[in-house]
Amino acid sequence: MGDSSKQIREAARKLFEENKVDLIIGFEDGSLPLRATPCFIRRGEDAERLVWNSFCENNLATYLPKKKGKTGIVAKGCDSRSIVGFLKEKQIERENLVIIGVPCEGMIDRKAVEERLGEREILSVEEGPEEIVVKGTDYEEKMKKEDLLPESCRICTHRNPVLYDVLIGEALEEQKVADPFELIREFEGRTAEERWAYFCGETEKCIRCYACRNACPICYCEACYVDSSEPQWFGKSIESTDTMIFHIVRAFHTTGRCVDCGACIRACPMDVDLRFLNKKIEKDVLELFSFEAGEDPDEPPPLTTYKQDDPEEFIK
Amino acid sequence: MEEKTIRKDNLMSLLADLTGSCQVLAPVRKGNSIVFEEILTGDEIHLSEYNTRKSVKEVFFPQRERLFAYRGQETREPSPPDKERIVFGVRPCDARSLSLLDFVFDGEDFKDPYYCSKRDNTTVIAIGCSRPMRTCFCTDTGGDPFSLEGADVLLIDMGETYFVLPVTQRGEGFLQGKSGFERAEQDQIQRKEEIIEKARESVGSDLNIERIKSVLDSDFDNPLWETVHEKCLGCGVCTFLCPTCHCFDILDEGDSNQGERIRIWDSCMFPLFTLHASGTNPRPGGKERMRQRILHKFKYFVDNHNRVACTGCGRCIRACPVNLDIREVLEDIQNPE
Repeated sequence: MGDSSKQIREAARKLFEENKVDLIIGFEDGSLPLRATPCFIRRGEDAERLVWNSFCENNLATYLPKKKGKTGIVAKGCDSRSIVGFLKEKQIERENLVIIGVPCEGMIDRKAVEERLGEREILSVEEGPEEIVVKGTDYEEKMKKEDLLPESCRICTHRNPVLYDVLIGEALEEQKVADPFELIREFEGRTAEERWAYFCGETEKCIRCYACRNACPICYCEACYVDSSEPQWFGKSIESTDTMIFHIVRAFHTTGRCVDCGACIRACPMDVDLRFLNKKIEKDVLELFSFEAGEDPDEPPPLTTYKQDDPEEFIK
Repeated sequence: MEEKTIRKDNLMSLLADLTGSCQVLAPVRKGNSIVFEEILTGDEIHLSEYNTRKSVKEVFFPQRERLFAYRGQETREPSPPDKERIVFGVRPCDARSLSLLDFVFDGEDFKDPYYCSKRDNTTVIAIGCSRPMRTCFCTDTGGDPFSLEGADVLLIDMGETYFVLPVTQRGEGFLQGKSGFERAEQDQIQRKEEIIEKARESVGSDLNIERIKSVLDSDFDNPLWETVHEKCLGCGVCTFLCPTCHCFDILDEGDSNQGERIRIWDSCMFPLFTLHASGTNPRPGGKERMRQRILHKFKYFVDNHNRVACTGCGRCIRACPVNLDIREVLEDIQNPE
């Protein structure tokens, strides 16, 4: 992906030269192996810092709603779909935004790499076209990138940005995914007790740090319901019912809006994985309203509109 | 105090035996992370190069703690712990954090009974870090991979055996009358020194805590604060995983008839942290919150207790969702452009 870094820098420099942006949000090298980190470029000469690799895991769209002025953003497929969500919900103005779209082959799940290495510390990582080479004090291991993708990247059918002003490199062929809801069908096949046990096991790990919420682009509410103290809707501690309610309500709040970018799972310091909640809702919305989030900025959100032929089986 | 050694298997059996009379907590593997939990056998203990995901602070200052419960006119306070506790396998950075938390919860002006009762009944057995990680910077914050501070006993991994340094009287008491401890031989003492020296060399960066403090003293409005917070998501990962962050909130849960008063961890990174009843918030955004986190650790705590409130454990560096590395923030403060 070395070429992409170069092209992103060139595109960024040009945007500054032509006075089209005041700020570009992109990635620069992180301080640790397996990490790139969000960066905010305000001068053409700083465009040198921009990089693109398989560690650009954050959904940069998260930063957009608070930005003023003309903003450029480096956007992979899922970031661009979150941008579509913002446009749909009137949180940003298209004319103030320049999207540097980057086709994405999936971002490496650093937790998966760490898991494979047991508890051997990673000192450096080199990325090739197909593989990464991970090195520590007394080992060196090659790993195939495609084996290290998180589920959301593995079944991604939007590797190319859905909306962009500049496209870096060539568009990629989109993946053919036989069943994007395989996880949900498997989950639905479990007994209620098994599903409950899984949900309890995941929420039990939660420390209510809200990294999931804050990393999530669509959790942009000025005042989140969990931060309300008057009224206080539910408890703020790690009491199990409170933690469960937090995650359930957050999932409901993403209905018809979640683009399955995986930012919540990546951000979690405790490895909480409740993706099945969002994915189940995504499946329901698709089946009920033939709607997929992050596609067309002009299509109204499914829960704010109605059609004559909307399903109504639930009305008894 | 006399330096000793103990075979690792003997120590494990000793800990297992002690589970009868004491509550023994140690790092155990849970899913992909390592956490401090009560153990019943030595086999459950999981020691690795990686530190525990959450720090040892929750053993003394839990994330949710009941201060009292009430029903009608009656209140009920939690009874003090009845069993002696042993926390085994604490890293020196975490052990040091306890001595920093002591300033807050067991200081001259104020003693927090909930914290003190747990500290008073717990023996802390630390294990020195023979192989510090690249995110470790304990030596920059006044610590050391083999720091004795906050520990009652410090162990040094010598392969088959542990080198045993009793640090406090409580630590001496722990060794007393127990079998398996042998007097350290001269060659073992020398080898221990080599291990310590090697580990020390491998940790640390060029941070200068005094220099950072002097910049923070003089420049509250440093333009750096405008940009340094920009990628921060404002979540509580860094503060919740931090062994020294100790800010809390007190809440009443229940209704007028029955309920409880609880204390929970709070975070200066949260928007509610300093929100006044009037609606005013003196720290309205990420800039002010990030500044507070850094100033509390590297200025206010130093002003109050002459120590930085950071032990260089590196948890915030490893777990930050956007790789905001506190060492880079400190470097920027230390070396203004």
